Amino acid sequence: MNMVTPKLKVTNVDARYGQVQVLRGISFEVKEGEVVVVLGANGAGKTTSLRAICGMVSTTGSVQIEGQEVRGRDTADIVRRGVAHVPQGRGTFPELSVLDNLHVGAYVRKDRKGIEEDVDRWLEVFPRLSERRSQSAGSLSGGEQQMLAVARAMMSRPKLLLLDEPSLGLAPLIIEDLFRRFGEINKETGTTMLIVEQNANLALDIADRGYVLESGSMVLSGTADELRTNEAVREAYLGA
Amino acid sequence: MQLFLQRIFDGLNNGAVYAVVAIALVLIFKATTLVNFAQADMAMFGAYLTWMFATQQGWPVWPSILVAMILTGIGGAVIERVLIRPFDPSDHLPIVLITFGLAAILQAIAGWKWGLEFHKFPSPFPAKPTDYVGIGGARLRYETIGTLIAMVLMVLAVFLILNKTKIGLAFRAVSSTIESSRLVGIKVGQTLQFGWFLAAALGTLGGALVARQTNLEPAFMAKLVIFSFAAATLGGLDSIGGAVIGAFLVAMIQSILVGYAQQIPGLHWMKSNYALVIAFVVILVVLLFKPEGLYGTRRIERV
Repeated sequence: MNMVTPKLKVTNVDARYGQVQVLRGISFEVKEGEVVVVLGANGAGKTTSLRAICGMVSTTGSVQIEGQEVRGRDTADIVRRGVAHVPQGRGTFPELSVLDNLHVGAYVRKDRKGIEEDVDRWLEVFPRLSERRSQSAGSLSGGEQQMLAVARAMMSRPKLLLLDEPSLGLAPLIIEDLFRRFGEINKETGTTMLIVEQNANLALDIADRGYVLESGSMVLSGTADELRTNEAVREAYLGA
Repeated sequence: MQLFLQRIFDGLNNGAVYAVVAIALVLIFKATTLVNFAQADMAMFGAYLTWMFATQQGWPVWPSILVAMILTGIGGAVIERVLIRPFDPSDHLPIVLITFGLAAILQAIAGWKWGLEFHKFPSPFPAKPTDYVGIGGARLRYETIGTLIAMVLMVLAVFLILNKTKIGLAFRAVSSTIESSRLVGIKVGQTLQFGWFLAAALGTLGGALVARQTNLEPAFMAKLVIFSFAAATLGGLDSIGGAVIGAFLVAMIQSILVGYAQQIPGLHWMKSNYALVIAFVVILVVLLFKPEGLYGTRRIERV
């Protein structure tokens, strides 16, 4: 297992916005089929670490996807290598219909038939979206938009799915349902997932492993169980 | 009644022309959320190319128009790549100034190459004095019918491109959210370039449709584009359907109001030149009371 090239390998990555250094030499990896969660408080650099992977912020260090260096590449290129990113605030297209959002998610694919099959499939997985397929995405509720964002991301049949605080601004019951679905999607499709979250409880439930990010540095890593029982994590993120 | 009908027919003719150019404006606005002030002069350039092919090369009118559309389309794509893309799209002022500069350059080139005098433009439709259908004593000219058909076909084509093709989907996505577009793998620059291609080609069609009636000179589209601006503003700058409806409303207001004003004692000074004033008043009133226009998207941020 250790011989296998990890799906994602981030090594010693720095990132800054102007004068402000946001990431300080972070390293982590995600293996094929894993669900990995990065925990951290507001401003710890969670969002930036995902943006660094997608080439949406300038960085130093190394970002490898399936062993290939992608740091410094164009976002569209990185996406074409099988990375799907659900940004904070969902990143749907508010003026476009639900169906168009799904189709645009498959923009990098060329198999028309497969795309239509996947549209049907995700509408089946998320019946709420199916009911609203012709409505504009902007008219959906927050929870529905998050479902749409995930379905849209899955339409590209990603090898690696990046989720940026999917729980943000959603009611507890909806968050629970969402995370259960992330777990299901991971099991059924084998999609590798990297989730950054403040909501540690639910994230650790579906995660295999996790990291803790504090002020731009990775301060802790371990299996989901190790993190759940870690005293510092319990205090800071599990409210226990 | 006869006069009223005639005004309606005139309005239809102008409305169709305003609509074609207004749609070009809307396409660029959707793509970049800015108004392309060089749109009129890109269209003027296209009309000159058409005229050159038709009169100097002796080609039939429609092939001349098509070739000019393609050439100006390519020109539009080059302009996007060289003059627009290098600049930060969220900073509007430099780009607006660039489109102004471009307009001035295009007019200068046209004046230098083709002269400032009026040229007769070949008609794309039968336009002899007898080419009309008489309805209630008013004349519905073949030219008007042809212009209307050309506009309808063009709207249909734009609709199909935007809603039924992959590049159209990408264009709508980029118009909606640029960052999310990158995240689904859309090459944003190339997609916007496609918008410029389309807008430039449509502008040329608009120019060619109207040039016989106005005659050709370097500023002929600059005078007309005000009405298209008014139309697009009225319809909502990001709505293609709105631009068409806005165009016909503006054209009808123009032809009916100006037409009748001359018969009202005390308003007889209102010549057709005052139509320009009406266009500005429309723009002003819309921006004051309904800035998103009749069919535009009111921007709502959902948090």
